Amino acid sequence: MAYSEKVLDHYNNPRNVGSMDKSNPNVGTGMVGAPECGDVMKLQLMVDDATGIIADAKFKTFGCGSAIASSSLATEWLKGKTVDEALKIKNTEIVNELSLPPVKIHCSVLAEDAIKAAISDYKKKQGTRKAVPEMQAVEAIA
Amino acid sequence: MKTPIYLDNHSTTPMDPRVLEAMMPYFTEHFGNAASRNHSFGWEAEQAVEKARKQIADLIGANPKEIIFTSGATESNNLAIKGVAEMYAEKGNHIITAATEHKAVLDTCKKLEKQGFQITYLALREDGLIDLDKLRAAITDKTILVSIMYANNEIGVIQPVAEIGKICKERGVLYHSDGVQAVGKIPVDVIKDNIDLLSITAHKLYGPKGVGALYVRRKNPRVQITSQMDGGGHERGMRSGTMNVPAIAGFGKAAELCRLEMAEESKRLRFLRDKLRAKLERELDEVFINGDMEHRLPHNLNMSFAYVEGESLLMGINDIAVSSGSACTSATLEPSYVLKALGVGDDLAHTSIRFGLGRFTTEEEVDYVATRMIDTVRKLRELSPLYEMAKEGIDMTKVEWAAH
Repeated sequence: MAYSEKVLDHYNNPRNVGSMDKSNPNVGTGMVGAPECGDVMKLQLMVDDATGIIADAKFKTFGCGSAIASSSLATEWLKGKTVDEALKIKNTEIVNELSLPPVKIHCSVLAEDAIKAAISDYKKKQGTRKAVPEMQAVEAIA
Repeated sequence: MKTPIYLDNHSTTPMDPRVLEAMMPYFTEHFGNAASRNHSFGWEAEQAVEKARKQIADLIGANPKEIIFTSGATESNNLAIKGVAEMYAEKGNHIITAATEHKAVLDTCKKLEKQGFQITYLALREDGLIDLDKLRAAITDKTILVSIMYANNEIGVIQPVAEIGKICKERGVLYHSDGVQAVGKIPVDVIKDNIDLLSITAHKLYGPKGVGALYVRRKNPRVQITSQMDGGGHERGMRSGTMNVPAIAGFGKAAELCRLEMAEESKRLRFLRDKLRAKLERELDEVFINGDMEHRLPHNLNMSFAYVEGESLLMGINDIAVSSGSACTSATLEPSYVLKALGVGDDLAHTSIRFGLGRFTTEEEVDYVATRMIDTVRKLRELSPLYEMAKEGIDMTKVEWAAH
């Protein structure tokens, strides 16, 4: 299969690879996919308490080049956005930006799911923190 | 060393220049139709065909009269299985094959199933070998044919062909073997191996594409098949159609070269394959061999690189041609059914790579491939959330994945 230049660029120079402390209340973690399906994405974002803006985002992905590129791109787009703005990122925007072929659209869907899962985890932690300050944040996925 | 490097010789092999040389005259000055009986153009073409028939027969211990030329192994498999099914339909309607056969065998069997035949798809042992007791138990008085390949195209595992053939003989059942990956690479002898029908193709043994053969036994027992291609009655009525003379001449030459050079070549390839394996196993953790290592083609290596998806791995080694069992690289978007049949989980099937060494593979290339593989696997594991979890000691079978 021929990959677009942008996919190749993200594959060769993935942005924001890494992991953040899952127990940090300002960090939201989303992990989607399954090893049997051939792709697992872990996407994390850290929200600045004062501004409500996503200050940092990290990813790790097991999957094909398009899955790696989709999640790498997602981390780039997340930074500087508010949580509500981030929720508006659509998989079709990822498809267009990376020129993904039809068989790879599921990679972009997975990236959108990962963003949503990470934000939902962050919101859950924030809710828990406000309601029961002593309790440890519950992780979305062990 | 030139790139890209070709290490996908189970898929096809480059043609040996000596083969091309043997073919050339039959494209131009000796262009005759081998079926033209009354002029020298026809005679020359026929001579070339008969020479090739002998060269191929010699490679597998057969009589030249037992070689039927076809367009390739897919046709040979179709002709063998459908031809026997049709010919012996009155005797029985049961055929036994295995789950790891090539699609040309499996899909042919599936079509016969729709027409009312009973097909048993034998499960395999974890090492990829047939369980002979299961085979014995599967044979009934309605069984007319057993079709089990000589060596597998993905994992290179060599079946106990002689014993399978012996069981079939004892029970009066015909034995067909898809010999595509084995013939020319390891010694194959249709008499010692008790094979009644054997499929071969030229392009997997350094010959041209578009030509193959079916060995059909003429003695003990005399095997009959119903033709699937009707017309001028070529190939003793079993396969009509004008002979592809240049390709057949090349096929013959390729078979002869394999026969003469097999002993040395297989020793060299085994050394290179073992070197590749040793290097990968030394430098990388969590790599797994798929299929038995002892009963295996000398030029095959199939390994899973846990936590690294196959297509992304291929992308990282883009100057090397190999294959992956990953779903993303297959037309069906399913991971390898061969690995699945061995009980390899889908998670590991997605991370598998097949290396197929060949006549023109050099040690320098193998060293380069090993280095590139090691670098790429390490890089992708840095990116892999699964590798990170494994290192943290998380049991991934306990994680509730959001399967999609």
